[in-house]
Amino acid sequence: MVILRNINKSFNGEQVLYDISVEFEPGKTNLIIGKSGSGKTVLMKSIIGLHVVDNGKIFYNDRDFVSMNHKEQRNLRKEMGMLFQGSALFDSLTVEENIRFPLDMFSTMTEQEKRNRVNFCLNRVNLDNVNRLFPAEISGGMQKRVAIARAIVLNPRYLFCDEPNSGLDPKTALVIDKLISDITHEYNITTIINTHDMNSVMEIGEKVVFIHQGHKCWEGTNVEIMNSDDEALNDFIFASDFAKKVKERNIDQSSS
Amino acid sequence: MKILTEIGKYFILMAKVFSRPEKNKMYYKQIFREIESLGINSIGIVVVISIFMGAVITLQTRYNLENPMIPMYLIGLTARDTMLLEFSSTMVGLILAGKVGSNISSEIGHMRITEQIDALEVMGVNSACYLILPKVVACVFFNPFLTLLSMFVGVFGGWLACVSTGALPSSDYLYGIQYWFVPFYVAYALIKTVVFAIIITTVPAYCGYNVKGGALEVGRASTKGIVTSSILILLFNVILTQLLLS
Ligand SMILES: Nc1ncnc2c1ncn2[C@@H]1O[C@H](COP(=O)(O)OP(=O)(O)OP(=O)(O)O)[C@@H](O)[C@H]1O
Ligand SMILES: [Mg+2]
Repeated sequence: MVILRNINKSFNGEQVLYDISVEFEPGKTNLIIGKSGSGKTVLMKSIIGLHVVDNGKIFYNDRDFVSMNHKEQRNLRKEMGMLFQGSALFDSLTVEENIRFPLDMFSTMTEQEKRNRVNFCLNRVNLDNVNRLFPAEISGGMQKRVAIARAIVLNPRYLFCDEPNSGLDPKTALVIDKLISDITHEYNITTIINTHDMNSVMEIGEKVVFIHQGHKCWEGTNVEIMNSDDEALNDFIFASDFAKKVKERNIDQSSS
Repeated sequence: MKILTEIGKYFILMAKVFSRPEKNKMYYKQIFREIESLGINSIGIVVVISIFMGAVITLQTRYNLENPMIPMYLIGLTARDTMLLEFSSTMVGLILAGKVGSNISSEIGHMRITEQIDALEVMGVNSACYLILPKVVACVFFNPFLTLLSMFVGVFGGWLACVSTGALPSSDYLYGIQYWFVPFYVAYALIKTVVFAIIITTVPAYCGYNVKGGALEVGRASTKGIVTSSILILLFNVILTQLLLS
């Protein structure tokens, strides 16, 4: 469980996040949605402490993150995994070394155990025979999957994904979404996902938080979202003509 | 005012760099990697430049000394002491500031803009320490060898110039380079080298670590790192010379 209370964040006097309070639940895929530039990445980076918030509180299962010192924060981060918008794989290391890295750094496993764990994670994201390749030698979708494998290698309790399927074709995007959702349920992880992809919202949006110009405008499930009357939200989800027509038809059908 | 903020930020970063590593084994591995990429890969350029500079210093001294009262072997002595006192430490330092400095700031800057540094932080790794400390350690240990190598090769380059041009007899040169040898000059050069090694690694690392934006800014940070570390090398050269030789 991750709880935010009245988070404000500004850069050089320019406010980006306004008074955001929300609860993210374990064993569920929690989605943060919003237009480009609405503050999703800033919010996510504030939650994990890469940005220091101006004021407000962040709790990880009752542990007050904001008032921790650097060292305590760093220790708590060992329970987190994160998938960055651009994968952020270490490009001087091979795929295998990338996934091993957190194990090498923090675990007391033997060589054999590490190798098994790496192979297990690679298997979990459906990748084979890429161990010795460098990140530059595999496709974007594969990089994303390697990044997921790296994020889950230490069995995190909290998983953060910043636009896990940006830049992927719809089918691969679906595979990645499904993967994250499966892992979340399997290990009861508190998963928080940034996205502006409506497909993801419909597929895996067990809890959806809508951010508009730095304000939290709406929260609910992917079922409730279709019937919301928040103007900004409707603007966002029915951005395309096609989606608008689908909605109108739905309303017509239900009224007739 | 801005410069004071920068200096303050530099020392805050250094406090992060010089802290206890999470896992020593990973750091040893990194140190060997860096010795190879920053040290061993610089041997070539140091050798080439030192040979030519040794030769040029010898020839220039020879052609500027037309006075028959001055014994020829002093040319060897001059070439040797120039290499020992200035060239092998300061000039090599400046050259490495360009080569090693741009390498460091572009590598770290690239890691910053592609969020690799954030990825390290999220894992709970002290990214400043993990990325920068091995580079500092590698250069502080390896650069003295480069300096010693440059001294030998430079003096050898002077001898090559004597032999190939016949500007002065080889025996005079060989006598000169052994005449009135002050061992402290070597120590002085090595002390300077160590200080320069710290400058060459930490200043470009600082510039790369604080990059914001894209590839263009990485390029700018790289330039800034080289210019700043070169100026600092010249400044500390004066300070250390006054402290050590006065
Ligand atoms: N480090 C920073 N310094 C100053 N302003 C920033 C910084 N990071 C983000 N911003 C500003 O915060 C706002 C929100 O940016 P953010 O990256 O969170 O958007 P986003 O919702 O993630 O968009 P996208 O979907 O395109 O990734 C933007 O207006 C941006 O200019
Ligand atoms: Mg973003």
